[in-house]
Amino acid sequence: MTDKSGPSTTRRGFMKAGLAAGGAVAAGGAAHAAGDPLITEVQEWASITGEGVDATPYGLPIRFESDVVRRNVEWLTADTISSINFTPIHALDGTITPQGCAFERHHSGAIELSKDDYRLMINGLVDTPLVFTYEDLERFPRENRVYFCECAANTGMEWAGAQLNGAQFTHGMIHNMEYTGIPLRTILEEAGIQAGAKWIYVEGADASSNGRSIPLEKALDDVMIAFKANGEALRKEHGYPVRLVVPGWEGNMWVKWLRRVEVTDAPVESREETSKYTDTLADGTSRKWTWEMDAKSVITSPSPQSPIKHGPGPLVITGLAWSGRGTIPRVDVTTDGGKTWHKARMDGVSLNKALHRFYLEIEWDGSEMFLQSRAHDSTGYVQPTKAQLREVRGLNSIYHNNCIQTWWVKSNGEAENVEIS
Amino acid sequence: PALAGKYGLGRPATPDEIAAWNKDVRPDGTGLPEGSGSVEDGEMIFAENCAVCHGDFAEGVGNWPKLAGGQDTLDHQDPLKTVGSYWPYLSTTWDYVNRSMPFGNAQTLSPDEVYAIVAYILYSNDLVDDEFVLSKENFLEVEMPNADGFIIDDRLEAEAHFWNPEPCMENCKESVEITMRAAVLDVTPQEEGTEEAAAEPAATEEAAPVEAAA
Repeated sequence: MTDKSGPSTTRRGFMKAGLAAGGAVAAGGAAHAAGDPLITEVQEWASITGEGVDATPYGLPIRFESDVVRRNVEWLTADTISSINFTPIHALDGTITPQGCAFERHHSGAIELSKDDYRLMINGLVDTPLVFTYEDLERFPRENRVYFCECAANTGMEWAGAQLNGAQFTHGMIHNMEYTGIPLRTILEEAGIQAGAKWIYVEGADASSNGRSIPLEKALDDVMIAFKANGEALRKEHGYPVRLVVPGWEGNMWVKWLRRVEVTDAPVESREETSKYTDTLADGTSRKWTWEMDAKSVITSPSPQSPIKHGPGPLVITGLAWSGRGTIPRVDVTTDGGKTWHKARMDGVSLNKALHRFYLEIEWDGSEMFLQSRAHDSTGYVQPTKAQLREVRGLNSIYHNNCIQTWWVKSNGEAENVEIS
Repeated sequence: PALAGKYGLGRPATPDEIAAWNKDVRPDGTGLPEGSGSVEDGEMIFAENCAVCHGDFAEGVGNWPKLAGGQDTLDHQDPLKTVGSYWPYLSTTWDYVNRSMPFGNAQTLSPDEVYAIVAYILYSNDLVDDEFVLSKENFLEVEMPNADGFIIDDRLEAEAHFWNPEPCMENCKESVEITMRAAVLDVTPQEEGTEEAAAEPAATEEAAPVEAAA
């Protein structure tokens, strides 16, 4: 095994070289008369052996990545049980969110529900009310789909101004996974939908229940009953063993630990669709049933938690874009606060109602920048500024803040969350 | 009935099973069980089960939700949204209390206790007098102040101008000025090992409460 008792000569050499590389502009590592000791000296890992295959039956990220974790903000909620944490999007790339750091939102905590104890009930306006076990669900024909799940309140703390300093905190109530499951339609048809059915009401097995009403049209379209995500079982905190996947719609409706689907002729108007997840406008009236998550984007790097450390020269600007109404054919990026815009390079496959990765490679001259990104979706919608949103909605909507985000990148490479004129 | 029994999986739910889980109450009263409860009883039950978080008068303790007050504040800068000022239907109060409260000890209240608690919440919001008794029979007679305060999502019309696929690309503005900085507010938790102190929770009142979901 590797000696962890103290820094060896080679470890010191590594640290020194690392520091030098961090501050140096020169390409190819540290300048040294005889060459980079990481190259010219035989390193520990090139001589002794590493861990055996029996060391880690289920692995976690290497310790150097310990900052890539969920974070919470204590003052946001009264306790940590009905609360939120944030995905470290500032440090991720691509589009698939690792489940272990994908954000959580619970209303009565993450419950432990075994597959043996799991039951799903279908009742209401159906020919035969049914009870399914977990094993039953795995016997229906499956499908695999990639979708983003964005909390309705993502960016909600930013309505009144620039508040939290980091993409993780301003935009990290989101994850994007490949789900395996069965269409909800399959289950509803198994029970037999009766005439007069117009809505479904879905609820979880936890104490909060998180009941929500969904129009039958959506339920029969693309809603999934999912039991796997990114190839493996759902994590406990994401609804193990079964959750609802409601593509493009606000995360609250993605009911976890799903235990019941009731087919009805009217919405229930539950707490989570009256008191919460309704959006108050400036005149005091409130929108209800604001289900779709509109087109949105954010630059994940550079950003406050991901400053530029390499000095002027080639710089990769990258971020995420998504829309609950379709795909993202285009993202525009500005480095001067919106005076001039450039079309970013979309990379990877373009999936409906899923995260998309964009890049803009520039030659940074070391001067300050005001970075923004602006998503276009396949319906022709273009992500608005915060001022445009406030003009329609005022300041008290709480939810559905899909405004354009600004990062002020200073000449030293540090970045800050700001609002600009 | 479309395609019933297509795969033959699952089994019929029994009436008792459906009764045990199918507890939702709708705005028209569908789902309400028999029962009743008075403001007077509700005050005692509330004091024992609810007041530690929600206050003796449903006014809220600390950061816990306020259930009463806030009438006519919805168009203010910081609206106070409570059962009395905001919730459109009394059914939701009954349903939510019955299924999910008290926090940490849900589904322990009898129907009569829930009727009494809901009656007390109404009283705390000055919507009924102290002699009031709420029951399945008179449930729909209670008028909720903000019953007409909601519109169905109108983004497709009210925000139609956001569908503008040809936005400005060049010479879009003359100047750019910073108008607000998160670093000045300083409420972001710091990474471990940084020299700055942990964020103070001072911004609770200014910040929008998180209303999120996974």
